[in-house]
Amino acid sequence: MQASAPGIVQGGRAIGLETVGFSKQFGALRALDDVTLKVEPGSFHALLGENGAGKSTLVKCIMGFYRADSGDLLLDGREEKIRNPREARALGLGMVYQHFTLAPALTGAENLVISRADAPAIIDWAKETKRLDAFLDRMPFRAPLHVPVSQLSAGEKQKLEILKLLYLDQRFLILDEPTSVLTPQEADEILSLLRGMTDRGEITILMITHKFREVTAFADSLTVLRRGARVGGGKVGEITTEAMARMMIGDTPIRERAARQPTPPRAPLLELAAVYAVGPEGKNVLDGVDLKVRGGEIVGLAGVSGNGQSQLVEAMSGQIAIDDGCVLIRNQRFEPTREAFHRLKIFGLPEEPLKNAAAARMSVAENMAFRNFERPPNASLGWWLRPSAIRARARDLIGRYHVKTQSPDAPIGDLSGGNVQRAILARELSSDVDVLIVANPCFGLDFASVAEIRAQIMDQRNRGAAVLLISEDLDEILELSDQVAVMSEGRVVYVAPIAQTDRATIGMHMAGHD
Amino acid sequence: MSEGLVQTVLIALLGGALRVSTPFMFVALGECLTEKSGRVNLGLEGTLVLGAMTAYAISFHSGSPWLGVLAAGCAGAALGAIHGFVCKLPRVNDIAFGIAMMLLGTGLAFFFGKAYIQPSAPRLDAISLGGWSSDPRIASALQVHPLLLVGILVALAMWWAFANTRWGLLVRMSGDSAQSARAMGVSVDLVRFLATAAGGFLAGIGGAFLSLYYPGSWNQGLSSGQGLMAVALVIFARWNPLRCVAAALLFGATGAIGPALQSVGITQGYYFFNAAPYILTLVIMIGSAGSQKAGRDVPGELSITK
Ligand SMILES: Nc1ncnc2c1ncn2[C@@H]1O[C@H](COP(=O)(O)OP(=O)(O)OP(=O)(O)O)[C@@H](O)[C@H]1O
Ligand SMILES: [Mg+2]
Repeated sequence: MQASAPGIVQGGRAIGLETVGFSKQFGALRALDDVTLKVEPGSFHALLGENGAGKSTLVKCIMGFYRADSGDLLLDGREEKIRNPREARALGLGMVYQHFTLAPALTGAENLVISRADAPAIIDWAKETKRLDAFLDRMPFRAPLHVPVSQLSAGEKQKLEILKLLYLDQRFLILDEPTSVLTPQEADEILSLLRGMTDRGEITILMITHKFREVTAFADSLTVLRRGARVGGGKVGEITTEAMARMMIGDTPIRERAARQPTPPRAPLLELAAVYAVGPEGKNVLDGVDLKVRGGEIVGLAGVSGNGQSQLVEAMSGQIAIDDGCVLIRNQRFEPTREAFHRLKIFGLPEEPLKNAAAARMSVAENMAFRNFERPPNASLGWWLRPSAIRARARDLIGRYHVKTQSPDAPIGDLSGGNVQRAILARELSSDVDVLIVANPCFGLDFASVAEIRAQIMDQRNRGAAVLLISEDLDEILELSDQVAVMSEGRVVYVAPIAQTDRATIGMHMAGHD
Repeated sequence: MSEGLVQTVLIALLGGALRVSTPFMFVALGECLTEKSGRVNLGLEGTLVLGAMTAYAISFHSGSPWLGVLAAGCAGAALGAIHGFVCKLPRVNDIAFGIAMMLLGTGLAFFFGKAYIQPSAPRLDAISLGGWSSDPRIASALQVHPLLLVGILVALAMWWAFANTRWGLLVRMSGDSAQSARAMGVSVDLVRFLATAAGGFLAGIGGAFLSLYYPGSWNQGLSSGQGLMAVALVIFARWNPLRCVAAALLFGATGAIGPALQSVGITQGYYFFNAAPYILTLVIMIGSAGSQKAGRDVPGELSITK
């Protein structure tokens, strides 16, 4: 059976959705507590809440990924039972998850075609390619369809995820932090397109986000969750961002922005000298990177994602080999060994910390001990581990860094996205730091955590650490940096003190213009 | 004179490749299909032996060797189905269970096969592709068994299906990212179950070739680890069915080095040359372990790489 040409979304077909009294228990934790959410057909609804508030859990229950313990779901006023994502899809509900769900080894075209419920048994690629091209022609943004998804940048993957839902003709779109991997320009472009589609009544959107700017610019109504319960909501124009913030965190005080203290000029602690690395495609992913970071200074490295930033972090942490050039710490050649990290007090937070800096199935306490499990008091004689000490230290860090977890023994993979980030930061910032390398440290964090973590980074700088801050968020770079550098196509193309540069100049270098 | 010798050896290698490679090919294709779906089935050695025994027994009783081939495939599919079913239970490791299945398969074959060591069953006939040559050596080397051609056709079909059919894409997707497949509502367990059963079917046919054509009898020492080496071969072939065929032919040819040299009177190092396929396996494993390309082609869900 052929579906009516996919992607032709006709007006007035948007779906309205309502959850009535949704509750969900994970062990001792009440992740959802009697949540009622109403999304009008054709609206752009924002779902807000601090990290671990239960936003992802709520939408996963709607999609049938989890089963809510109690509660009813109404679609266009009719009660529906959704037992699995396939049933949700059949009802026109589609979701972009917080992590990507495209199969990395398949091409974009293969991913799209196979995701169709009526994918033909034998695929006529000539015909399908023509149909896909026709579909893309109607879409205001595109993504490469004929290379394996693993070779796409994060932004391209995100676009492809959204294109997939539209291709499947889904009319209720749930987006879980869709813009965290996009540049602000890309985010605006995609969201305004989606807003256009809701205005025409073609689709309804429920978007989880931490960015107030996106809420005020694109959403027309919102709901706020706190600790699994609905604490407020309404029309966007009628609620100030301060009110939203208060609903999200209650009376918890927000940490003040840490002041930048004047630091005396110091010698470079971290130095990259003509670092080259060859990627799997035989191209130089790092093409002669030169960079100096002094003690007591934050160097903010800006750049569009996919220009070698993640490889730079991987090269410094020893995850990929440096083919030429070297990393110097205190003027000595640095080899990334565990011993050297400890002796030179180098710490860091890579991007996607759950993948790059944690073992998902090990407990929070064990993950927090990765840096020092073999040293006293965590171990005697260098090999006899003392779990009680490890757990006690973890409990202390969990308290100090406000990590929301059921216990130190819960697997770190069960934590919400933002809390994984905090757990790893707690591990990396809790001892004496000389060199700190952080990549997108505030990715997917709620505003209170953002303030907290930026203050921590500034503290380390004030104490004399050399901080390399790699970020795709220009506001973060402008707020924290002493020096701004821009990375483009595997090279550092621009360096300037913060006082002598501005957003436009940085943006131009990011785009590859000199 | 020495040129004639070289020729003899080369022709013998070709003949060996065509004759010995078929079981490698079938097991490798079966393993390739299973691994593409995200599971490793190390039990295919047992499947091969059970297939050999079943084929021989059915051929003996029915008088039809092709019926034996079919029965061998079904026996293999049954073993594969057990593996596919048990491995979807929580916390079952497919590699460990595969080893158990290997022992089960050989054990069953030895148990039921006792009665068939003596009697002689009808064999499969080869097709002669060497009729054009007046050289009797070539004519005998080009005695090709239909199953070899079937294997090549299966490989072509798999290669095409992985790119052009819904089932092919579903298998690749399940092997690449179970999470993506589940998010789409695909039952990853079902896909893997079917892929493992189909892989077992192919491996069983490989066994039928052993007992019904070459060496062409049933005994307990029939397989010399072909089923296990085929797993290495799949890695070498980087999960591409066509490269599996090429790799199987290469393995067949190396296996023929010893006999080929012996046929021209070089008997020194006979045992060493007989070990050539095993040495090749080692060299290949070491060589491909660090290769970046292999790293890219490996299905993301395989438990050996996770
Ligand atoms: N599968 C699970 N098992 C146990 N606990 C879970 C599971 N999934 C989520 N949780 C817990 O439920 C709570 C809510 O998590 P959820 O992922 O919904 O948060 P969130 O609002 O999406 O946060 P973030 O903004 O950080 O993504 C968290 O405390 C989390 O640790
Ligand atoms: Mg979430």
